[in-house]
Amino acid sequence: MHGLDFDIAHLLAGSLVLVSFMMIYQDRIYSLLNTFALQAVLLALAVAWQAWIQGAHHLYASAALALVFKGTIVPWALHRIVQRLGIHREVEVVTGVVPTMLAGMGLVALSILLMLQLTESAENALAREDLAFALSVILLGMLMMVTRRNAVTQVVGFMSLENGLILAAAGAQGMPLVVEISVAFSVLIAMIVIGVFLFRIRERFDSVDLESLDEFRGERR
Amino acid sequence: MIEIAASTALCLLMLSFVATAMRGRLAVSAAVYLGCAVSCFALALVGVWTLATQAGASAMRVPVGLPWLGAHLRLDALSAAFLTLLGTGGAAASVYAIGYGRHEHEPHRVLPFYPGFLAAMTLVLLADDAFTFLLSWEVMSLLSWALVLTHHREEENRTAGYLYLVMAGFGTMVLLLAFGLMAGAGGAYDFAAMREVARSPALAALVLALMMVGAGSKAGLMPLHVWLPVAHPAAPSHVSALMSGVMTKVALYGFVRVAFDLLGPVAWWMSVPVVVVGAVTAVMGILFANVDGDGKRVLAYSTIENIGVIFTALGLALAFRANEMAGLAALALTAGLVHAMNHMMFKSLLFMVAGAVLNATGQRDLDGLGGLIHRMPKTAFLALVGVTAIAALPPLNGFVSEWMLFQAVLQSPNLPQPGLQFLVPAAGGLLALAAALAAACFVRFYGVVFLGRPRSDAAREAGETDRWSLTAMGALALLCVLAGIVPGVLIDLVAPAVELAVGAGLPLQAGNSWFTLIPVAEGRSSYSGFLVMVFIAVSGGAAAWLVHRLGSRRLRRAPAWDCGLPNADPVTQYGSGSFAQPIRRVMAPVLAARETVTMPPPGDRAAARLAARTEDLAWTRVYMPIIAFVGAAATRFNALQFLTIRRYLSLVFGSLILLLTGLTIWN
Repeated sequence: MHGLDFDIAHLLAGSLVLVSFMMIYQDRIYSLLNTFALQAVLLALAVAWQAWIQGAHHLYASAALALVFKGTIVPWALHRIVQRLGIHREVEVVTGVVPTMLAGMGLVALSILLMLQLTESAENALAREDLAFALSVILLGMLMMVTRRNAVTQVVGFMSLENGLILAAAGAQGMPLVVEISVAFSVLIAMIVIGVFLFRIRERFDSVDLESLDEFRGERR
Repeated sequence: MIEIAASTALCLLMLSFVATAMRGRLAVSAAVYLGCAVSCFALALVGVWTLATQAGASAMRVPVGLPWLGAHLRLDALSAAFLTLLGTGGAAASVYAIGYGRHEHEPHRVLPFYPGFLAAMTLVLLADDAFTFLLSWEVMSLLSWALVLTHHREEENRTAGYLYLVMAGFGTMVLLLAFGLMAGAGGAYDFAAMREVARSPALAALVLALMMVGAGSKAGLMPLHVWLPVAHPAAPSHVSALMSGVMTKVALYGFVRVAFDLLGPVAWWMSVPVVVVGAVTAVMGILFANVDGDGKRVLAYSTIENIGVIFTALGLALAFRANEMAGLAALALTAGLVHAMNHMMFKSLLFMVAGAVLNATGQRDLDGLGGLIHRMPKTAFLALVGVTAIAALPPLNGFVSEWMLFQAVLQSPNLPQPGLQFLVPAAGGLLALAAALAAACFVRFYGVVFLGRPRSDAAREAGETDRWSLTAMGALALLCVLAGIVPGVLIDLVAPAVELAVGAGLPLQAGNSWFTLIPVAEGRSSYSGFLVMVFIAVSGGAAAWLVHRLGSRRLRRAPAWDCGLPNADPVTQYGSGSFAQPIRRVMAPVLAARETVTMPPPGDRAAARLAARTEDLAWTRVYMPIIAFVGAAATRFNALQFLTIRRYLSLVFGSLILLLTGLTIWN
């Protein structure tokens, strides 16, 4: 593999992780959605680049799927939801941004340590790095789901987690297209379900803060 | 041959669906049972033919089950021996059920499961890969669970069913671990590949221990036996006969298949737990049988005893084989296999007798019976054959297998390890105790049920059972007698299976004069059931002739046992509790027996009461603490049901991080 090919792939995967951190840092919902769209575009680029260097044409389809669904449709739909529901424009966090960022760094360190160890026998350096970055993106997505109160931000966390999955799949060389398509569709359906769900919550509680749900179930925090 | 066996199993499965579809029709019950009987007979024929012609293993692959892999089936001598057992027991139980099933109030609770149960057991015997084996095993467990719950309206049966389900699930899980370990890193999931895997002695020991737990829980080894004495009697009697007579043997098959075939060589010290657990199980099982007051539960406890005897034999075979004494290993294993066959015959017979008595009187409690020899003379005679056989009296078949087992025990000084030299005779002592207690137990069983005077109105008005049941019981009784007087046939029949397992068979018995059994060498020991029978017949006949010749012919009727105080109440007879009392007192610490006497104060005319109770120490000391712990933990973890969504996510996230960190550190 050419040095340049490797570097570009590395750059794209690395910037996905970087954007994940940016998502943690956002404190406005619109900017969060924009950052998420940026991550999806970067994912599309990364997958397309993988398609180019692996010569695997079906990956272009994956890239296109990522670009269309996650780069445009999903952020646009979420924008509309936020507008129509008149949700708080601020991201409500559980803990402060700084501890979350620190935890995120720990997670990245963990995933790199783990993946580089586990894949020691693999010859393909690119796949190793890619897997480490993908796991970081997944864990950061989860971290975001855990540390946010608002349902919309949790949806974004879930979608970003899924970005990590696609990145791993693209790097792994040989994941069939049908799997990716089904994953993409399941994400879309999850999006629809969650959207409907959000409307229902909103109708009932006048808020999409998940804590209203908890209060409804009669629990203390 | 395997094709015939597999298609017969398929027929049985089909019968299950037919029975489900045709529920409500009157003739269905008889037709289904007849179909089962014919199929089982075919299975027995396949087994006998494979053994008798010493045909090699035949295998086939059925494209069902795991995608691309299919199910591997194989019929070799070992499967054939157990297939013969299954076929014979299944056929007898099915013929019996044609008559017995008429009394069933809700036949559609039995009919759909019964053929499937037989089919699942057949498939366990034929399985040649871990997946098919475990799947069939689990199907066998589930269907027998459904059969246990036939009379689900009684609280007792529901408890029994629940306990059985838990234990069966536990057993299968342990088997899953055992097969997983045996498959090794390569994931060899079919048996042929498992045989090739090399294992360290520690791993082999672990697998053997897991097999003892997994297969032993289904067979009824102590202390995993607790479900057996409640679940076996809860089912309808023909199913009890199958569960006790056949299903426990299928569990044994699982153990034999792994310990002697798949696992390869096993270190000698691994035979120690098998022998010890087997011998202890034998004694404890029959002790409980001696003190229990429920007829079918007595039989179920006695099954535990016999399983213990067979496991001791298997343990001895393992010890001999580990020391490369193939001939003696063959003797012990033959004793085990023949005892398994014999136990199928007499235990099925006795459960059928219990069923016939239950139908005639509605009583399972021994103290409600009595005097049935006058009301059910044919059943009483067949029961006599059964209890004589199970009490290991010559010339019947129970004696043959126990005698052979003791021959193997007596060879233990030849073992090089001093530990085994001491242990095996001690186990032999326990087995002798168990044999004596078994005789006591069945004297009590027969005496209380069939002799004396009726203890209840139901017993007074009982009538003889139907012809189908008598046919099935008669066939089994005949088999008991035949296997007792010409045991050589049975021994030669299982010889190929023994040879497959330990690499050598017993010398061929067919050529011996007077059907004599010579297991090791003529000079050492020999036994001829035929000659014993001739002697008993001649001496008994002569004694009867002499008594009739010399004695007075005048018929005299006089009150018996009235000791000067004629009391017509049958309750004054020696009852089941009275028979049990000496053993209950002697063995009080083992049985945790307590007697409480309640005396009314002077002047009060209320009756004095003596209450005797025993409890299973395994239940109070092992199971109760586990149950309490599980209950407490469940209460504690109940809080997890009421977390917030974010907390659930955090929990998942936290455990993922924890596992990943663990993996990183471990690497």
